Order: sequence, then structure tokens, then C-alpha cells
Amino acid sequence: MPSEESLVAAHVLEFPGGYTRTTGPVIGRFLTELRDRRLVGVRTAGGRVLVPPLEYDPDTGEPVTEEYVEVGPAGTVQAWAWVGSPRPGHPLDRPFAWALIRLDGAGTALVHAVDAGSPKALRPGLRVRPRWRAATTGHITDIECFLPEVTSLVAPVRAEYRVTPGRALTRFLEGVRDGRFVGGRCAACVAVYVPYRVSCPACGSVIEEEVEVAGTGTVTTFAINNLPDPRAPEVPFVSAYVLLDGADTPMIALIGGVPAHEVRQGMRVRAVWLPPEERTLSMANVKWFEPTGEPDADLDESTGGAR
Amino acid sequence: MRDVAVVAFAQTVHTGHDTGLAEPELLLPVIDEVKRATGLKRFGFTCSGSCDYLAGAPFSFVSALDAVGAWPPISESHVEMDGAFALYEAWVRLQHGDIDTALVYGFGKSSMSDIREIMTLQLDPYYLAPLGLDQVSYAALQAAAVNADRAALDEIVRRSRADGRANPYALDLPDPSGEEFEVEPLRPYDVAPVTDGAAAVVLAAGDHARELAGRPAWITGIAHRAEPHYLGMRDLARSVSTAEAGRAAGVGKGPVDVAELHTQFSHEEPILREALGLSGDVTVNPSGGPLAANPVMATGLIRIGEAARRILDGSADRAVAHATSGPCLQQNLVAVLDQSL
Repeated sequence: MPSEESLVAAHVLEFPGGYTRTTGPVIGRFLTELRDRRLVGVRTAGGRVLVPPLEYDPDTGEPVTEEYVEVGPAGTVQAWAWVGSPRPGHPLDRPFAWALIRLDGAGTALVHAVDAGSPKALRPGLRVRPRWRAATTGHITDIECFLPEVTSLVAPVRAEYRVTPGRALTRFLEGVRDGRFVGGRCAACVAVYVPYRVSCPACGSVIEEEVEVAGTGTVTTFAINNLPDPRAPEVPFVSAYVLLDGADTPMIALIGGVPAHEVRQGMRVRAVWLPPEERTLSMANVKWFEPTGEPDADLDESTGGAR
Repeated sequence: MRDVAVVAFAQTVHTGHDTGLAEPELLLPVIDEVKRATGLKRFGFTCSGSCDYLAGAPFSFVSALDAVGAWPPISESHVEMDGAFALYEAWVRLQHGDIDTALVYGFGKSSMSDIREIMTLQLDPYYLAPLGLDQVSYAALQAAAVNADRAALDEIVRRSRADGRANPYALDLPDPSGEEFEVEPLRPYDVAPVTDGAAAVVLAAGDHARELAGRPAWITGIAHRAEPHYLGMRDLARSVSTAEAGRAAGVGKGPVDVAELHTQFSHEEPILREALGLSGDVTVNPSGGPLAANPVMATGLIRIGEAARRILDGSADRAVAHATSGPCLQQNLVAVLDQSL
């Protein structure tokens, strides 16, 4: 059992200033070229290009040839491991990947870091290039890391407009400002369109008759949205087609006051209005539709859509 | 070849924390236990495996001899490797024919430092160590190369930890859970736990083995092979050196009842199974293996000890033990233990 008063001493093993090592001619050549921002491999008697170079062919144990071959600087990722939390000794202080990189022209893979931003940016076959340190000294870390090659860019797209709702939608929004839903009845089709419109999309007749429909209705279909939207209060939110009582076409609206997974076709809902003093000429006057608690409607009789 | 057998094995009750014992104090009870089991007080040869970097002191293994007793002078050697490789040296030494018994031990306290970064110090100082490539990171590169099935890895850890809970010497670790990565694709539980511990084995040759144990665990084959150190020079998805060592040790020459594999990461099990040709119905690491207790520098020796124990106690007739050294299974030792020669 550990004693409560266990004696513990901090202890450091270190070569102050670092341990000096000779490189030998082969590794030295690689590091010298690296200082000049060139990547070289050495050819074995069998013809394979070892990168980084070794003094002996790992397959045969024979000395390598004296033929140095410039490789890269681009290469291909063969395997990678993602470091989500870099450690103090790691080459980057933000999340990065360790990778086995086969430089173009090399017969072996180099182990180094890839600054890819996200693990989603990595895949076997990813093309990468070195990012060189500002001052090179002849050290494997003269390559700060590798970066994915440029394969895409982000182009800004933005244009500004002034939009007006038109006469019919203005009329509808005036109704919404007053807490009413205004529709239009086509005399020929005997169908009530909500929102209000000035012509019948079915027969083309001019709509003469304005009718007010109820603030209650039935969900005919819906979608659960998991991406944020400035018009919705939270994620996930439900947008639905609501067939208002007295209307023949459903209107798209938010559903609230109920968990998303409980929303269903046939659910009876009512509009939740902002207080009158907060209303404007906007659909934002309707906060959302919430369940009324009534039994579900039979969808066969309320499928929505104009006849 | 001279017939050599494991006749005794002992290990500490491994811990996931520093119990306050120095290495010789950790070691003394297991040396004592194998001395009592065999009745031997002196051995023809003594060989140990440990790593000075674990304690951060040069020649720290010398002090471990206090647990053995080295006067009058004994014939002694040490490898800066797992004790399994010390056992190989002792096996070779017994082949000389002039001695009949050998004591082998390994020990390590990983709790004293950060083993992930201590293991960086074993990497080549030109190309790998300066990158700060730590042990879990290079293991994750191998896991990515082998592209192991996540559900299969989870099952390996679950089984290993359950077996470990049933093993009084291993750690009590819960079933694996959690979605976070240590270094993707490895999760924290894919990594063998930090462990302090020690183990000892006694080898004996010929009739000496028969005198010292009712069912000696005969080493019918033992071999080790190494691959290039640099990770990019080899196919990390396979362990060619394990396969070659397994062939040289004769793994495939008979049925395997049980295999104890030095798997410090879950993805190493499918690599080693394939290399050794172990079918899915071979029981692997019934002790829980390194994923349930990983006293570094004793873990490989414990694989041999656990395999031998099952021969010694009659629960298996033929067993395979594996030990590894270096990054990403660079060097591998395979031993076949058999109840008969």
C-alpha cells in the first residue's frame, strides 16, 4: 500500500544543450540537401530509392549506391493518424496528422506531420507538399510539416437587392399584422388559396373574393431541420405544411412547443401570435404553430392542395 | 540442441500506480518465489531485461542485482530490452552445455515518467525522434495502415479486460467505452495501461528440468527476427519478422492450445494472429495480456511465463508465446512451449 507520506523527488534526465551526433555520409547528405530545401533519396543496388536515405539496403543489408536522387517535394499520403490534442514535444501546437508520405520518385515512405486542419481533409492518396521553416539548419524539422496540395478554393459570392412583396402578399401580410390569415377564393375552382393571391394558379381566373381562414389547421407533411436558420429559434426545428381550416392549400410554417420527434402528419395545430404591440408587416408575427391537443385529423380528408 | 524448459514462473501483482517500492523491492518477492518453487538458491546464469530510461538513471539495472544476491560473484548479463529477450540469451547460454539452470527476470515502473515520450527516445535520432513522434502516435500510424475493424478492436479490448479482471495479477479495468480518440484511429482503451511490475522465470536443461518440475514447459522452438527500424521502409500492416520467427520456432508444426501475445495496442492482435497463422479458435491472451497489465520490460517475459504456466499446470499441452521490441512491432520473438519434446 502506498504510504500517505511517500517521498517523491522530481528528477530530470537531460543532456544540456543536446547530444551531439555525427551523421555519417549518407544521412549527412540528406540533411545537407534538406538545408538547401531539397529532398533527396539514395538508390540501392536493387534500384529502390530510399527516402530518407539509409547507409544499408534494409532488404539485403548491402551498402547503398552513391547515387542520390532528388525526390518530391510533393508526395502522397499512404496512412495517417490524427492527433486531436498535440503534446508539448509534437511539431505543431494545433491538431494535425502523422503520416507516412511517399514522396514522388521515392520507393519508401517518409514519416512526418501534415497540417490538414481537420481529419476530414485526410485520405490515403492525399497529395501533400512540404512547408519549409524560415531558417533551415540541416535537421528533419527544416520541414515544418506537409500541407495538402491546393485542390479547391473559396470564392466570395454576394449581391444585394431590394425586394418588394407585391400586391397580393402585401394584402396577406396586412392580415397577419392584424392577427388574421387572409385567403383568396377562386370562383371558378371553388378553392381557397392561402396566402391570398390575385389569380388562380389552376385556372388563371382573377380572384375577386377575399376570405379569412382560421388560425387552426392540420400538419400535412413536415421536415426536421438540423441546420441553423436565422428564422428558426433553435436546432433542430420543424418546418411543416399546415392546412388551415377553411383553406384548400397548405402554408409553410414553423412548428413549436413540441419536441421535433413528436410532430406527425395529421397533427392539429394553432398559430401562436406575437402580442399585438410587437406585430409588423411580417410573417414573424406568427411565432410558430403549436399543437392544439385535439385528436389527429384524418389525412385522407385534409391532404391539402387545390382541387 | 540441448533441451531447455521453463520450470518456474512468478510475477508481481501488477499495479497501475507507483506503490512506493524501488525496483529491487518490486523484484525481490518474485525472485524469492521462483527460488522457493525450484529449491534453487544459485543459478548457472542470470540474465535480466530492463530499461534505464524508465528510471532515468544509467546502469539502474545494476541495483536490481541486490534482489538476486551477487556474491560470491555470479555469471550475469543484462539486455536493455524486455526480459523475454534476456530469456533468449539465457537459452543460448544453456546451449553451451556447461551450466544447467538460469534465472531470468524483467522489471519496470512505467509510472515514474511518461512512457509515451520515453518511448520516443528509442527512435532513431536523425529522422524520427526529432519530430517528437510518441509511442501512441506511431502505433496509431500502424493501426491506420492495418485498417482494423473498430468492432473487432473493441471486442479484443473487452475480452482482454474481462480476462484481466479474472487474473489476480492483472489490473481491474472496466469494459471499454467512450467515443473519443487518443490519436485517431486509436481510442484510449486501445492502449495498454501504465503498469508497474516484475516477473521471473527459471530455465533448466534436460534432466534438471525433469527434477525441478512435474511437467516442464519444454521450449521446442525459440527465435527472434527484426525489421528495418524506420517505419516508412516496411509494410506496417503486416509483421514479416513475427511470421519468420514463428516459422523458425515451428509454431505451425502442431496444434496451438493457447497463445500469449505481446499486444500493447489492440490492433496488434490481428497483425500477430495473421503472422503466426493462428486461427480464430486459438485462445489468445487468456491472462488478459498486455491490454490488462503492461509492466514494460517484464510484459514479454510474462507472455512466456503465462504460456509456460499452462503447460506446467496441465491446462495446455502446446502454447505459443510472443514478445516484441521497438516501434510498431519492429523486432519479434516467438517461443513454442510443449509438454513433450
